[in-house]
Amino acid sequence: MNLINWFKFASPQSFYPLAGKMIPWFWALATVFGAAGLWLSFFVAPTDAQQGEGYRIIFVHVPASWLSMFIYLIMAAWAGLGLALNTRLSGMMAQSLAPTGALMALLSLWTGALWGKPMWGTWWVWDARLTSELILFFLYIGFIALQAAIDDPRRADKAGAILALVGVVNIPIIYFSVKWWNTLHQGSSVSLTKSPSMAQTMLWGMLLMALCFWMYSIAVALTRARAIILERERHTEWVKHAVE
Amino acid sequence: MNPLFATVRRDLLLALRRKSEVLTAVFFFIIVVSLFPLGIGPEPALLKKIAPGVLWVAALLATLLGLPRMFAADHADGTLEQMALSPSPFGLLVAGKILAHWLVCGLPLVLLAPVLGVQFDLDGEALGVLTFALLLGTPLLSLIGAIGAALTLGVRGGGVLLALLVLPLYVPALIFGAGAVEAHIAGLGAGGHLSLLAAQLALAIFFAPWATTAALRIALE
Repeated sequence: MNLINWFKFASPQSFYPLAGKMIPWFWALATVFGAAGLWLSFFVAPTDAQQGEGYRIIFVHVPASWLSMFIYLIMAAWAGLGLALNTRLSGMMAQSLAPTGALMALLSLWTGALWGKPMWGTWWVWDARLTSELILFFLYIGFIALQAAIDDPRRADKAGAILALVGVVNIPIIYFSVKWWNTLHQGSSVSLTKSPSMAQTMLWGMLLMALCFWMYSIAVALTRARAIILERERHTEWVKHAVE
Repeated sequence: MNPLFATVRRDLLLALRRKSEVLTAVFFFIIVVSLFPLGIGPEPALLKKIAPGVLWVAALLATLLGLPRMFAADHADGTLEQMALSPSPFGLLVAGKILAHWLVCGLPLVLLAPVLGVQFDLDGEALGVLTFALLLGTPLLSLIGAIGAALTLGVRGGGVLLALLVLPLYVPALIFGAGAVEAHIAGLGAGGHLSLLAAQLALAIFFAPWATTAALRIALE
């Protein structure tokens, strides 16, 4: 029973208006989650006993780190789909996710440094999780640079897809680095299997901020995908009508 | 003859007839390694500490130098297209090219490493670990590099782009390769690091020729 014909939306022509309809909703959700998350994390969540007020950076840091890894996985999934099914939209989606992923990786490193200075006494340490997150950032940059260097968009999509799939090896390394190696970076703060090691309000603040980042990423990626569709399909009739 | 060995033989013959290209990478390796004592100072304790890292980074860069040539000439004169069309599996021919690249670019570095290690005051056993780690690691560098070389084939600014794509993927090899020697010097035993390096090599032998072949087919479209 297939209620929605997914292949219909695999065509850029039918995806373009759909994305246009979805974008305001994701922006609205991002605003609601963001407002609630910021209110919880700055006014409700208690001050941490050991870290003082400085710990509040995690409300940006943790969602950004999650998203940086998650977006890479989604990007690689689109890339694999594009290689397997040869759909045009997959490559466009992968391309539109990459800059947001790079932004999240940079944000995660940046806020981590801001947090590390007062807590660890140093901006940067060469431990496994920090290094692998830095490599993730380089992978995003490499993906963007490779796509930008190839003029033929179809070849750029496929070459980028192979690179994205090769780089996917890094994601489990980042995620499990704190378990595999004895690093300075503490273990994950949230786990599905055991009760969280933090106050409930802190957890809710973090989850709401993560949802906000997630919705923001979708909204921005869809906007970028629409721009890419217009650019690549500019020779077609429907684009001429769509722009009018 | 087996197509794999035929490709290796052909690439080695081509390399032998243009010796200067091979020797450039080897001398690059020697010079880069020799620059560090000059820049950092000749204190033996310090040199001994940085030796594994310096040799590994130099090996990384020297391998990188040879990568653009792996497919470029064959792509330019159409040989690569004929290989893709030939009845023998393209992946096997590509594996042969990678093997030849390692024999030409990687193996000399492995053989030179003990000599250069002596300059850094490493003792006999540490030299052995270093050489063994490089023996496991340099094929890995060639295999991963081949993917990057295939992806950037005929692309604008390919050389710099290749470095940007490949160097992040080299990081695990660097960490465990240099880590093996450091662990040995610290008295912890190099076994764990060497096993992880060998595991990476096994994975790369399986996946890299396959990914390289896919990337080459895209470049040839």
